[in-house]
Amino acid sequence: MDTATPVVELKQITKRFPGIVANDSISLKLQKGEIHALLGENGAGKSTLMNIVFGLYQPDEGSIEIDGKPVIIDGPNRAIELGIGMVHQHFKLVQPFTVTENIILGSEPRKGARINYRKATEEIRKLSEQYGLRVDPNAKIHDISVGMQQRVEILKTLYRGADILIFDEPTAVLTPQEISELMEIMQRLIQEGKSIILITHKLKEIMQIADTVTIIRRGKVIDTVKKTETTPQELAEKMVGRNVSFKVDKKAAEPGEVVMYMENILSKNKDGMAVLNSLNLQVRAGEILGIAGVDGNGQTELIEALTGLRHVDGGKITLHGKDITNLTPRKVTESGVAHIPEDRHKHGLVLDFSVSENMVLETYYKAPYNKNGFLQYDEVDKKATRLVEAFDVRTPSIHTMARSLSGGNQQKAIIAREIDKNPELLVAAQPTRGLDVGAIEFVQKQLIAQRDQGKAVLLISFELDEIMNVSDRIAVIYEGQIVGEVLPEQTNDQELGLMMAGSTVKRGAAHE
Amino acid sequence: MSKLMKIFTGDSFILSIVAIIMGLILGALVMLIGGYDPFEAYSALLTRVYGDSYNFGEAIREMTPLIMTGLAFAFAARTGLFNIGGEGQFLIGMTAASIVGIHVHGLPVYIHAPLAVIAGAVFGGLWAAIAGYLKAARGVNEVISCIMLNWIGLYLSNMIINNYALLDGENRSVDIQPTASIAIGWLSEMMGNARVHWGTVIALLAAVFFYIFMWKTKQGYELRAVGFNQDASKYAGMNVNRNVVKAMFISGAFAGLGGAFTVLGVFGYQSVMASSPGTGFDGIAVALIGMNNPFGIILGSILFGTLTYGSAGMSFSADVPPEIVRIVIGAIIFFIAAQGIVRWVLKPFYAKRKKEKVL
Repeated sequence: MDTATPVVELKQITKRFPGIVANDSISLKLQKGEIHALLGENGAGKSTLMNIVFGLYQPDEGSIEIDGKPVIIDGPNRAIELGIGMVHQHFKLVQPFTVTENIILGSEPRKGARINYRKATEEIRKLSEQYGLRVDPNAKIHDISVGMQQRVEILKTLYRGADILIFDEPTAVLTPQEISELMEIMQRLIQEGKSIILITHKLKEIMQIADTVTIIRRGKVIDTVKKTETTPQELAEKMVGRNVSFKVDKKAAEPGEVVMYMENILSKNKDGMAVLNSLNLQVRAGEILGIAGVDGNGQTELIEALTGLRHVDGGKITLHGKDITNLTPRKVTESGVAHIPEDRHKHGLVLDFSVSENMVLETYYKAPYNKNGFLQYDEVDKKATRLVEAFDVRTPSIHTMARSLSGGNQQKAIIAREIDKNPELLVAAQPTRGLDVGAIEFVQKQLIAQRDQGKAVLLISFELDEIMNVSDRIAVIYEGQIVGEVLPEQTNDQELGLMMAGSTVKRGAAHE
Repeated sequence: MSKLMKIFTGDSFILSIVAIIMGLILGALVMLIGGYDPFEAYSALLTRVYGDSYNFGEAIREMTPLIMTGLAFAFAARTGLFNIGGEGQFLIGMTAASIVGIHVHGLPVYIHAPLAVIAGAVFGGLWAAIAGYLKAARGVNEVISCIMLNWIGLYLSNMIINNYALLDGENRSVDIQPTASIAIGWLSEMMGNARVHWGTVIALLAAVFFYIFMWKTKQGYELRAVGFNQDASKYAGMNVNRNVVKAMFISGAFAGLGGAFTVLGVFGYQSVMASSPGTGFDGIAVALIGMNNPFGIILGSILFGTLTYGSAGMSFSADVPPEIVRIVIGAIIFFIAAQGIVRWVLKPFYAKRKKEKVL
């Protein structure tokens, strides 16, 4: 196909872990100046493969060639020497250090016994300009936005002379604006002669920016295609291995009476600033209310206030007319609120508990799981077995640690637990974050099924597509207030985007 | 019971055993460098402990409080707390048991002795609960408050003994009432007056209690959840602060019991101490060796007790300084903490196992 020597060539890479073949003789060619996307579901083996390229794992079989020469990459230091840089999904930055200090960490330019900060700062400024990264070398990491932190990670690899950049799920943590900025940066990098491997499971991004796509499923290469010769539909089917529908199937909603009512809610943070400010909201039975908004406009606080995790300083929350303002989380749960939390590792699961133990996290103290102070493990296991089957949670056993499940299956376990409580109101915060196409489809179907059963569903998501497709009604949150309500069939991305930005242009500046 | 079997075939058990063996080897190397015969030394150590019934009984006496302080540390650790205050809780337990043992009169033995034991447990627990409360209510790190409470506990105990129970002209309290004693007279006589007592039985029961409470009850479930993930526990509606205080209380009660046994079963009085006895800190080592598992802790304290009690024999008949044993114990803890080294030693064996699993 191509005659030029690829900058990186992986030949028949195989990597086994106890009980699983993570990479099964994978071959891949990265040409100079291209963006090569690595597409696959969670747990397909993308990250393992890239960790091999970056020297964090050794392959059991197969070889790696850089510029046509076989190499052995026995550690990240060797990878850096070879011009490979990795931008990790979870940033590896020292929070109280400045940008410069973070970038030079480990390869400090010296002047005698001292670090030559001036030279470093100068060099970083130059690099930053060359690639259009717009990073202030003297800013402290904890003062800058997530998007800029990612650019610092990119600078870190460039400073070390990387020509081959690996991006591991770079957009997972970014806002829509930051994503388009990142796309521009990646194009700039290519123009300057770099080559990029992009790990992702988001088809939209691939169609936008990649040149070539390699699809991996269960550790095997399914296909390598040119972007121009494929469609998102085809890619999705290859990734998941079956037909996927992008459109969410649902009947028209039949909203009933108001289930949850939030009236003039005021909540302040530690500094006395109002994070929720005269917020009004109501959710009816049999409808999905979607909350749209840019990250950090009070979504998290709204959920915390509703579920009893945050103190409400003013206003009233009622559920079926009953006042639930400032009740403890347990009392709120008992009144009929189920909560799929935003951060499944932090709030949703005890990762060191088994799947089975996690299934009773909120009900362990009730019969039949608790009898005279003793936990009835038979009953707990029975429930876990039932839920694991009903919600297709893929786990080797119900006694497996929650930690060792993939993200999608962890989320399924949480959803199973919450829906099984048969709530009046289901609060779903970012329920599909980090999930692959197949799992997203499943989660959204579950939310709609709850609605069809006449439950009230409150959906918070940063994915505009999800809000538009799943909600029956959309409320827009901006700076702790609901600034407008629209119906999904009567609006579009532009209008929502403007409302999310407070209908003015000052949003762009707020990110820097 | 399959769980019990798993403990003995599990990864961590094997790692502990290998770490112990490596520690003993390192001790042997130190002895060789110092010009001593390690075989003679180790056999002298074992002969001392397991050679005759008197010394065997005394070795058990040595092990018993270690079980209790080991359980104390492990219980807190399982709930995400670092209870370094076992020392202070042990002392307060001693003092409470002494006061009840000395100043309560006219009770029959089957009421007085249990009462004194319970007093030790309750006050040890309350002492630890202070640190728990400070953490829950004020966010004070339990390590810092525990260390301070250790010192306060030491001087408070001395003050109480000095003022309320001092034996004239001596640096110790008066003897406890015979009705408060938990010594096992007949067994003691059989074992050449070794100071064996009912505390050992209670200690074994305490390990069983630990296991059942932690892994079978609703309370234990809650404590473990809080220990692993406070945010998820809050989300699930558990009261994290109350659990912190509860966990510290139970943890301290274990240590307090250990102190009570020492007074009521071994000495029959309490000394005015110039410095802490160190049992609380040794308990941390025992818990580490036992991997914070109650049955592992029993084994850990047998090892620890054997080594410390036997070290006297080692110096007596093989002329090896008893400090060597401290090196051995230190090395064992080091190897247990530095699991990477042990895994590296075991690598060839593991590689074989892994292949079998894949096939």
